[in-house]
Amino acid sequence: MSMIHVNTTVNGDEVDFVCDPRETLLDVLRDRLSLTGAKEGCGTGDCGACSVTVDDRLVCSCLMLGAEAEGKSIATIEGMATTEALDPLQVKFIEYAALQCGICTPGILIATRALLAKNPDPTEEEVRYWLAGNLCRCTGYDKIIRAVLDTAKDLRADAGEAR
Amino acid sequence: MQYHTPDSFEDAVAIANAATGTTRFLAGGTDVLVQLRADIVTPDDLIDIKHIAGTHDITHNADGSWTIGVAVTGAEMSEHPTLKNDWPGLVEAMDLVGSTQIQGRATLVGNLCNGSPAADSVPAMIAINASIDITNATDTGTATRQVAAADIHTGPGKTSLTKGDVISAVNIPAVQPNSGDAYLRFIPRTEMDIAVVGVAVNLTLEGDTITAAKVVLGAVAPSYVTVTDAANALIGSTLDEAALDALATAASAACNPIDDKRGTIEFRTQVSGVLAKRAAVIAYARAKGANT
Ligand SMILES: Cc1cc2nc3c(=O)[nH]c(=O)nc-3n(C[C@H](O)[C@H](O)[C@H](O)COP(=O)(O)OP(=O)(O)OC[C@H]3O[C@@H](n4cnc5c(N)ncnc54)[C@H](O)[C@@H]3O)c2cc1C
Ligand code: FES
Ligand code: FES
Repeated sequence: MSMIHVNTTVNGDEVDFVCDPRETLLDVLRDRLSLTGAKEGCGTGDCGACSVTVDDRLVCSCLMLGAEAEGKSIATIEGMATTEALDPLQVKFIEYAALQCGICTPGILIATRALLAKNPDPTEEEVRYWLAGNLCRCTGYDKIIRAVLDTAKDLRADAGEAR
Repeated sequence: MQYHTPDSFEDAVAIANAATGTTRFLAGGTDVLVQLRADIVTPDDLIDIKHIAGTHDITHNADGSWTIGVAVTGAEMSEHPTLKNDWPGLVEAMDLVGSTQIQGRATLVGNLCNGSPAADSVPAMIAINASIDITNATDTGTATRQVAAADIHTGPGKTSLTKGDVISAVNIPAVQPNSGDAYLRFIPRTEMDIAVVGVAVNLTLEGDTITAAKVVLGAVAPSYVTVTDAANALIGSTLDEAALDALATAASAACNPIDDKRGTIEFRTQVSGVLAKRAAVIAYARAKGANT
């Protein structure tokens, strides 16, 4: 089996790896780059626990090959907080107890950050539809939705003050 | 498995024709990777078409028609500023495929070629007379032929594509004045499920009267059904109650569905009629200029 050499960018850092052509991006992140924040809940695109962005587009890393990462820019949960501070979404998720076991949380945070980048003022319905591909078996979703809406509100207020 | 990244359709065709084992093309991979992971299909050759120039483009041509590249995702179709003004039914059908994450990858051509009789974008493509460019080798090089979208799917898991055939574009006709299209599906939940029934309607008006119509059903037979009797029930009418009832009867009569836990034969047959009516009402309003 011929291995493939891939050059890519992960959370702003240039990285390269060698992988089997059948390996998914999720396999590569977890097993070759030791970035275990993205989880494998299903491996079939249904649960969203493996969510990452690729060139700012939200995708399931379990449904993309590692080899397809060549030349792309990937963002995972590991790049969300800085060394100084958590991301505002992370702060709110803790405040609202929007997580219990935490398996779904990296995917949901990455997905909601992508939503707020595209739509800073989503309705509750828009948040729920956006997250339809992120399953959570613990929280019942309500706390997640409220944490997202409250973060969006704070971020809009901050943006207003900055102006 | 060999992973290929050709940068032209000529090269993609050459690789496909040289392959001796199982071959798949990789567009968004939302079907291919699921099958790979489940050990249902492990291709010997996997040909990624996304490095070919033009495959990510949505082009509005001078004659009003559209060319959609074979790597264009559902999300890119929904985000396009004007495509949905012309063909809202096509865009809403593709937008129903999967979640936000799936939308970031899934393509029209993948939806068509996977061979499911329940793919959401396919009835919508057939209803608006979309055609597919297929490129393959000839004695002198390569050539591209155009085939109606309706003639690709032939049965569950089956298409009319033969060895070396690579789809190189999706052609969407120019929208006619006073026309509208719509797609509706029934699923047991609100998101993330495969259609139990899907109905696409495309119609054209003169004043209040329907002068042309096409009604296409998905998920109710081994392949997609273009229901001529349903179209005839609409043509010449102003979408009055009698026409709607005749439409529903014709749509239900065209069903030959499977019976499973997600929908019985009776249920699928009845819902086809109900959804055909609702889709016709939306398409009619759009033809009248409604922005719905
Ligand atoms: C969680 C989940 C939810 C889903 N929900 C839905 C849904 O609601 N409705 C629905 O209809 N589908 C759904 N699907 C199925 C799938 O997402 C769609 O069928 C999608 O449109 C496939 O497109 P793709 O680009 O990912 O195809 P790929 O997986 O890349 O390819 C699919 C097939 O098309 C062939 N192919 C691709 N490009 C070409 C080409 N240029 N020339 C010739 N052959 C080609 C491939 O060889 C392969 O056989 C879902 C899938 C998942 C994982
Ligand atoms: S692991 Fe990718 S969607 Fe579940
Ligand atoms: S917190 Fe456990 S799955 Fe969401």
